Amino acid sequence: MVPLSWYLIVAAILFAMGLYGVIARRNAVAILMSVELMLNAVNINLIAFWRYLTPDRPVGLAWSLFVLALAAAEAAVGLALVISVYRERDSVIADELDSLKY
Amino acid sequence: MAQNILFIVVSAFTLIMGWIVVSNRNLFHAALALMGSFLGVAGLYVLLEAGFLAAAQLLIYIGAISILVIFAIMMTRRLMQTTETPFNNQWILGGVVSLLALAVTLFVIVRYWPLEAAGRVGSLRPDVPGAMIEGSVVQLGAALVDVNQYVLPFEVASVLLLAALIGAIVVAWPERLPKDRE
Amino acid sequence: MSEETLALMTWLVPAGPLLAFFLIMLVFNRSKTLSWVVAWAGIFTSLFLGWTIALTVFFDGWRDHFASLIEQPLVIADSVLWLPFTRDAARWLQMGVAVDPLTAVMLFMVPFAVAMILVYSVGYHRWGMGPGDHVVLGAPNHSGVDPLFSRFFALMSLFGGAMLLLTVADNLLLLFAGWEIMGLCSYLLIGFWYAREYDDPKAIPPRRAAIKAFMTTRVADVFMLLGIVFFYRVFGTLNFHEAFAAESLAGAAEAVGFGGLAVMTLLLFTGTVGKSAQWPLHTWLPDAMEGPTPVSAVIHAAAMVSAGVYMLIRIFPLVATAMAEQPYAGLIIGGIGAFTAIMAATIALAQYDVKRVLDYSTISQLGYMVAAIGIGAYVAAAFHLITHAFFKALLFLGSGSIIHGMEAGAEHAHDHHTDPQDMRNMGGLRHKMPVTFWTFLIGGLALSGFPFITAGFWSKDEILADAWFQGTEGGSIFAMIVFVVLAVAAFLTAFYTARQISLTFLGKPRTALAEHAHESPAFMTIPLLALAFFAVTFGWLGIPDNFLGTDGIFTNFYHHFVGATVEGTLHGLNELGIHVHELTTLPFNWIPLLTSLIVALGGLALGWWVYGRTARETTEEPDRLQRPLGAAWGFLANKWYWDELYNLILVQPVEWFSATFVYEWVDKGLIDGTLHLIARSVYTSGQYFKRFEERVISGGVDAIKDGFLSLARDFRTIQTGRLQEYVLVTTGIASVLAILVLIINWWDTIRVWLGV
Repeated sequence: MVPLSWYLIVAAILFAMGLYGVIARRNAVAILMSVELMLNAVNINLIAFWRYLTPDRPVGLAWSLFVLALAAAEAAVGLALVISVYRERDSVIADELDSLKY
Repeated sequence: MAQNILFIVVSAFTLIMGWIVVSNRNLFHAALALMGSFLGVAGLYVLLEAGFLAAAQLLIYIGAISILVIFAIMMTRRLMQTTETPFNNQWILGGVVSLLALAVTLFVIVRYWPLEAAGRVGSLRPDVPGAMIEGSVVQLGAALVDVNQYVLPFEVASVLLLAALIGAIVVAWPERLPKDRE
Repeated sequence: MSEETLALMTWLVPAGPLLAFFLIMLVFNRSKTLSWVVAWAGIFTSLFLGWTIALTVFFDGWRDHFASLIEQPLVIADSVLWLPFTRDAARWLQMGVAVDPLTAVMLFMVPFAVAMILVYSVGYHRWGMGPGDHVVLGAPNHSGVDPLFSRFFALMSLFGGAMLLLTVADNLLLLFAGWEIMGLCSYLLIGFWYAREYDDPKAIPPRRAAIKAFMTTRVADVFMLLGIVFFYRVFGTLNFHEAFAAESLAGAAEAVGFGGLAVMTLLLFTGTVGKSAQWPLHTWLPDAMEGPTPVSAVIHAAAMVSAGVYMLIRIFPLVATAMAEQPYAGLIIGGIGAFTAIMAATIALAQYDVKRVLDYSTISQLGYMVAAIGIGAYVAAAFHLITHAFFKALLFLGSGSIIHGMEAGAEHAHDHHTDPQDMRNMGGLRHKMPVTFWTFLIGGLALSGFPFITAGFWSKDEILADAWFQGTEGGSIFAMIVFVVLAVAAFLTAFYTARQISLTFLGKPRTALAEHAHESPAFMTIPLLALAFFAVTFGWLGIPDNFLGTDGIFTNFYHHFVGATVEGTLHGLNELGIHVHELTTLPFNWIPLLTSLIVALGGLALGWWVYGRTARETTEEPDRLQRPLGAAWGFLANKWYWDELYNLILVQPVEWFSATFVYEWVDKGLIDGTLHLIARSVYTSGQYFKRFEERVISGGVDAIKDGFLSLARDFRTIQTGRLQEYVLVTTGIASVLAILVLIINWWDTIRVWLGV
C-alpha cells in the first residue's frame, strides 16, 4: 500500500522543481513550462487527497479538472504573450524584459 | 508490493523528466521532457484510480499544451540557443529558496501523514468498492451540471476559456493596428 | 413814529449796505455803473434811516430836556432769540439792535461819512473814463477807470454795513461780529491793489500792508475775545443794557472784585488798542494808506478806528466801575492814550507823504479820545469821536483829491517816476485846486482846534477842560499830566497841520506834476463841501452850558443828550456805594480855554512862520526843522523805529521758527526722519524675513523634499523589472514566514527537543 504521504512528497518535489525553474531559468518559455510543472504537482495533490480522503464525493476530481482547464488557458495566453513580446523586443530572455524597471 | 514498485518507477520517471525540463539548456529537449513528465503524471493518476483525469491529462496537456509550447519555442527561436547556460544569475539563491520551501512542505507532510502505512487517519488508502470508482466519473459529470454543485464554476470556466482564446489571438495577432506606437 | 417802525428801521440800517454788497458781488459786478448805483442805494438808505432815527430820538428826548432819557436811555430795543446757549431754555442768546443817545449820534455820523466817501469814490476811481492804457488787474490805473471798480464798491458796502451793524448792536457778540467783518474788509481793501509792486525793497507793497493790518488787529482781537468770554462769565449776558445796569455792575464787582473788573476792562481795551491803532499796536495804520484814498478815509476816520473808541465808550460803565476801586485801569488806559497822542504828533512832524501826516494825526487824535476815557471824560471822548470823524474824513478825501490832481499832472507831463504823494513835489496847489484848498484848510483848522468856528476846537477844549478840572479840583496828578501832554500834542498838531498846508498849497509849484494839476471832478469835490459843512457846524452842538461864564445862553445839547446814556447808571452806582465820577456840567474855567487858544493859534502861527512865510523852493532841500532837531529828526522821520523793533523781536523770530525750526527741523527732520526710519527698519526687517524664509522655511521644506527624493531613489532600485527576482523574494519571504509560524505553533515541542 502506498501511503498518502508518498504521493504528497512526490508532488512537493515536483512543485519545488517547478519553482526552481521559474526562479532560475532564463528563457521565458522555459519559465512557463516550469509553471506547468507546478500546476501538475498541485493536481497530483488534489487527486491523492480525493482518493485517500473523500473517494465518495467528486470534489477532488472536479477541482482538479478546473485546474487543468485553467492551466491550459493560462498556458495559451502566456505563450501568446511571449510570442508577442518576442516580436516587439526580439528577445525571450526574462532578464532582458525589464521595461517596468524604475 | 507491486503497487509500491510501480509507484516508485512512475514517480522517478516523472521527477527525472521534471528535472530535465528545469535544467536542460536545449529548450526543445526541455519541451519533450515536459511531455514526458506529463505522461508520468498521467500514470500517477492511473495509480490513483482517476482514469478520467488521466485521460484528460493526456489529451490536454500532452495533446494541446505541449504542442503549444513547442510552437512557442519554434516561433521564438533566435539562432540556436543551446550554448549558453539555461540559468540566470540568481540560480544559487533560487536553489536555496526552493529547497527551503521544499523542506517546509516536507516537514509538514511528514508530521501529519507518517511515512509508514499505519498511523493517522487517511494515510492508508481506503478500500472502496470498484463501483464507486467507476461511478466517480458519472458522479463527476452529474456534479458538473448540478445546480447545487459545480455548474457555476463549470460555466465560468468555459467563459474563461473563451476569453483566453480570444485574448491569445488578439495578443499574438501579427498586424499592427493603425494606431500610434508607444 | 411808533416803536415797531423805529425798531424795523434800526434793523434795516445795516441791512442796506450789506444787501448792496451781496447784490454787487453776485449780480451786478459786470456793470460798473450799476455797481456804484446799488452801493449808493444801500448807503443812502442807511443814511436816510439813520438820520431819521437819530433825529427822532434827539427831538423826542429834547422835549423834556432829556430827563426821560436819563431815566431810560434805551429808546429802541428789539431782539430775536438766536441760540439756546444754556441748558435753561429761557435764557437764549439773543441778537438784537438797540438805540440809545450814543448810538443815535453814531447813526448820524457814520452813514453820512460813508455815503460821502462812496460818492467820492465814483470820481476817485474815474468812473466814466475809458479803460485806459495798459490795464493790469489789481494795480492802480492812472489813465482809466479802475478795472476792479465793482469789487471796490462791494467791499466798501460791506465795510459800511459792518460798521453800522456794530453801531446798532445791542450785545458784545454782535458788536464783535461787525468788528471782525471790518477787520476782513480792511485786509481786502488795503490790499485792493494787490498787484502793485515797489522797487525799493524797504517799501511795503499793499499785499504786505494788508496782512500787517490784519495780523496786528487780530492779535488785539484775541485778547478782546478773552475779555468777551470773561464778560459773559461774570455778567451772564452780553447785552449792554442788561449788563450795565447799576445792580448788575455791583453784583459783578462782588463776584470777581474790582481787580477782576479791571482785568476785564483791560482785555477789552486791548481790542481798542489794536483797532484804533494805539501804541504799541499802532504800526499797521500808516501802512494802511497803501489802499486807495477812500479806503484810508473810511478806515481812519469814519469807521474802523472809530469802532475801537466807540466800543470803549460803550463799555464805559464797566470802565468806570473798575476805575472806582482800581485806578490803575484808568492810568493804563489814559496813559496809553496820552503817550500815543504825543508820540504820533511828533512823528507827524517829520513825514513827507501827505497821507502819512494824516495817518499819524489820526493816531494822535485817537489817543486823545482814549486818554479822555482814561480820566473818565465820557462825553468829551464821544464828542471828539464824532467831530474827528467829520474833519478827518474831510482831510483824507482832500488829500486824495490832491493826489488825484498830482496824478493828472503826471499824466500830462508824462512823468511817472516822481512820487505824486510827496509834499516836497507839491506847492502852489492853492490856485490849481481851489475847492480842495479851501475845504482842506477848513479841515486842517478843525484838526488844529481853531477857535470857535471849527468843531475840533469845541471837542478838544472839552477834553482839556475835563482833564484840568480833575487835575485841580479832583486832585488827580495823573489828570494834570494828561492835561499837559495833550496840550503839547495839540500844539504839535497845529504846527504840523500848518506845515502840511504850507508845503502843499502855498508857494509855487515845485514840479511839473504840481504845475499841471487841476481840480478834481464834482463827484469828489461835493463830498468835500458836505463834510466841510459839518466840520464847521457840528461843534456848535457842544458849546458848554456855561461858556465864558454865561448862564442860559448856550446849551450843550451834545453833553446832555449823549451823557444821558450813562448818567442814570453812574448815579445808580454811586447810590450803591461805588464811587464813580458822575457826569456833571463842569464849572467854567479860563485856563483850559486859554490853553486851547494858545496852543492852537500858536501852533498854526509858528507853523506858518517856519514853513509858509517863505515857501520851500526846491524838492530836494532838507526840511527846515532838520537842522535844529539834528539826530532827533531822523528818529522822528523813521517813526521812532517801532517797525524795525517789532520786525526784530517779533517777525523775524516767527519766520525763523517757521522756516527753520518747524520746516527744517521738525517737519523734514523729525517727522520725515521718523517716517524714513520706519520705512528703513521695515525694509531691513523684511530683508531678514526674506532670508529666514529662504533658508529656514523653504530650505527646510526643500531638505525634506530632497531627503524623500533620495530615499525614494534608493528604494526604486528594488523594482528591477525582472519578474523572477520578484518571485524569488516573494517565495523566500513566504518560506521564512511559514517557518516562523511552525516554530510558533510547535514552540513547546522545540523547547523540549532543545532540552531547554
